[in-house]
Amino acid sequence: MPRFLSAEPDTRLLALPWDVSLADWPVEHLVALPRGISRHVVRFIRVGDSVYAAKEVVEHLAVHEYRLLSDLQRLGTPSVDPIAVISGRETPSGKPLDPILVTRHLQFSLPYRALFSSGVRHDTVLRLLDALVVLIARIHLLGFLWGDVSLSNVLFRRDAGEFAAYLVDAETGELHDRLSAGQREHELQIARTNLFGEFCDLEAGGLLDEALKPLTLVETIEARYRELWTELTAVEEFAGNELHRVESRVRRLNALGFDVAELDIETSPDGNSIRIQPKVVDAGHHSRRLLRLTGLDTEEHQARRLLNDLDTYRFRTGQWNVDQAVVAHKWLTDNFQAVVRLIPQELRAKRDLAQVFHEVLDYRWYASQREFREVPIAEAAMGYVKDVLIDLPDEDISADVAAADLGQSPVNPYDPSQGFDDDNGEQPYDPWEDDVEDEDLPAPFGGFDIDTLRAGKKG
Amino acid sequence: MATVNFRDASRVYPGTDRPAVNKLNLDIGDGEFMVLVGPSGCGKSTSLRMLAGLEEVNSGSVYIGDRDVTDLPPKDRDIAMVFQNYALYPHMTVGDNMGFALKMQNVAKEERQQRVLDAAKVLGLEDFLNRKPKALSGGQRPRVAMGRAIVRNPQVFLMDEPLSNLDAKLRVQTRTQIAALQTRLGVTTVYVTHDQIEAMTMGDRVAVLKDGILQQVDTPLNLYDTPENLFVAGFIGSPAMNLMQGTVVEGGVKLGDYTVPVPRETLKKAHAEKTLTLGIRPETFSVADDDDGIPIEVELVEELGADSYLYGILAGFPEDEKLDAPQIVARIKGARQTPNRNTEVRLAIDPDHVHVFSDDSLARLS
Repeated sequence: MPRFLSAEPDTRLLALPWDVSLADWPVEHLVALPRGISRHVVRFIRVGDSVYAAKEVVEHLAVHEYRLLSDLQRLGTPSVDPIAVISGRETPSGKPLDPILVTRHLQFSLPYRALFSSGVRHDTVLRLLDALVVLIARIHLLGFLWGDVSLSNVLFRRDAGEFAAYLVDAETGELHDRLSAGQREHELQIARTNLFGEFCDLEAGGLLDEALKPLTLVETIEARYRELWTELTAVEEFAGNELHRVESRVRRLNALGFDVAELDIETSPDGNSIRIQPKVVDAGHHSRRLLRLTGLDTEEHQARRLLNDLDTYRFRTGQWNVDQAVVAHKWLTDNFQAVVRLIPQELRAKRDLAQVFHEVLDYRWYASQREFREVPIAEAAMGYVKDVLIDLPDEDISADVAAADLGQSPVNPYDPSQGFDDDNGEQPYDPWEDDVEDEDLPAPFGGFDIDTLRAGKKG
Repeated sequence: MATVNFRDASRVYPGTDRPAVNKLNLDIGDGEFMVLVGPSGCGKSTSLRMLAGLEEVNSGSVYIGDRDVTDLPPKDRDIAMVFQNYALYPHMTVGDNMGFALKMQNVAKEERQQRVLDAAKVLGLEDFLNRKPKALSGGQRPRVAMGRAIVRNPQVFLMDEPLSNLDAKLRVQTRTQIAALQTRLGVTTVYVTHDQIEAMTMGDRVAVLKDGILQQVDTPLNLYDTPENLFVAGFIGSPAMNLMQGTVVEGGVKLGDYTVPVPRETLKKAHAEKTLTLGIRPETFSVADDDDGIPIEVELVEELGADSYLYGILAGFPEDEKLDAPQIVARIKGARQTPNRNTEVRLAIDPDHVHVFSDDSLARLS
């Protein structure tokens, strides 16, 4: 009998074929979505109207990852939501199967292979890298050592003109009180190798713009991470009469999307020099402010864009003296919801609503420039739906944009890790595999045989 | 190739009082396969990261060969790390999958190809070099990960739980392959695992750590036969050594109504201790024909092949304390003399195989 470990049980999961190895699940349960490569068997499964990701993995790792993902959620980290661990699985003939970790598919998310598949612009790649760098810095601030930074372990979501990165694999993660410099270096070393390998793989598959070089890309990531980490954590010393530098540090961090919860300020005994260091820094400065004012839960850059529109609205309607929360409420009704109401239901799977609003603002700006007049928001929204939105692909569950364009089709549409139908020669002989079938399995109780060890060479 | 030496090496993580690694002294020979083993939080991974240069050494030093590498950055240490999490890239050939990190280090193409070819020969993957990884079986995949380390021709291999995400069968297969490969290459290897079976079957020597402190370093058999303290005694061996506390009496230590004979010189080392802990491996018990043995109440008998495993508790515990009584496991050779459940038997002891530990210092006395 399978056992379910879950904080929010989804009873629809109970009826799934847990007695079948995940690689052999009937296709009626599966959804072919683009994703990164994985060492384990991973499938997207459809449960009612929800899509979940399922990963078959040994028990201690499944439970470890479930708990870590729960911790990351609790700490407000952009990461996937763990749903359950199903263990105690066995086939009808009684053969044990590894447990399955189930996580919620992240709506409107784009795996890097989908973003890179049709060729990608240089600045888009840099935005993706920036999103990854911000994610790494954010988890490091929380004391989380990822242990496996890679594009395959990340999902991207559109975030106004930028991207937001989400962690989707915490199998090798460790949560500490804080990370040492050595632990962060370790992480960077793994990141360099993994990312370089992934970029080389994209290059080998003809999926990377020729102007982009794998080595330059990984060096950029490393340099940008170090820059951001320094800004977030470094000590700054200045003369006692330069007090404005305290405020400018805080402003710079806000501009990067971080709040300073604790700032350590030390003054020298003579008062001639001041030393500051941010001690507790939280990501999500703008998204928290927007949530507080309007109840809208968005990505960071979307929030910044919406807040800018809110400020413009306040100025334009002459409400400088009115309480900010009251203005925000009016803006929500007059602007945001007015746009949302104009988006036909059938087009809402194309972009999330905050992203739509951001794109409508862009559309209005260009329209106003073109027509030398202030285009009203409702008119812009209608134009955007007609000219832009209607032609975009659905992204709530990202469409299958696998490498079909390149004349390659995956061996298994549900598993990109198995490669493509381009290499079907006869299997070469491998003497190492000869006696694999005869290999003694470990004793079923997990013990080891000291007599064999005594008889052996070692020791 | 090179030796590796830790000299009083310590690591204290910021914000903690207790060192994660506390004055580690460990000498690893040229070409030796050293396994660091211990429970979670014992400092084994930290030690490995200190050697790799990924973790600062707060005091003491680390040497690779004659070089003090304590303050050298990782890239200058001439080591290669094999991680448990490796990816095989579907668009790249097996050869490129093995050699891509060399490209990152700007190694020239010809040399890269040569090194990949050499590694592939050692790994039996020569005929796969131009294939895509999807042609590889589950057992061949970890070899590519090994190949990534081998192509770097390092002085030392570092492996951090490389088998932990493989299923049971692949783990055994890969374990054997790594050990054989290491012997063939003769490259000094430091291998971290929490799994004592891996440690005992792979290592030339095994270092057991607990709470950041090295407990014992020795060959697998010596660890098994003469554990230096109670922790090592309980940690090494599966099923674990039976550890039973008894009262010191004239000529031995009393367990239930039976006095286990202990040599006078061993008892002398116990000074004034009133109790001592005796350690007895499950396989050194036999069922006594007479009253000469420890009285055991048998709770469960498990027959496994030619042997049977007896699980029970020391006889004579009052009914309400039985649940808390320490369990005793005995492996009885041959099914002939297997007793039944819920009977009382006496287990005879071979005095040469009784390990005696101080309850004060937890150290071995025998």
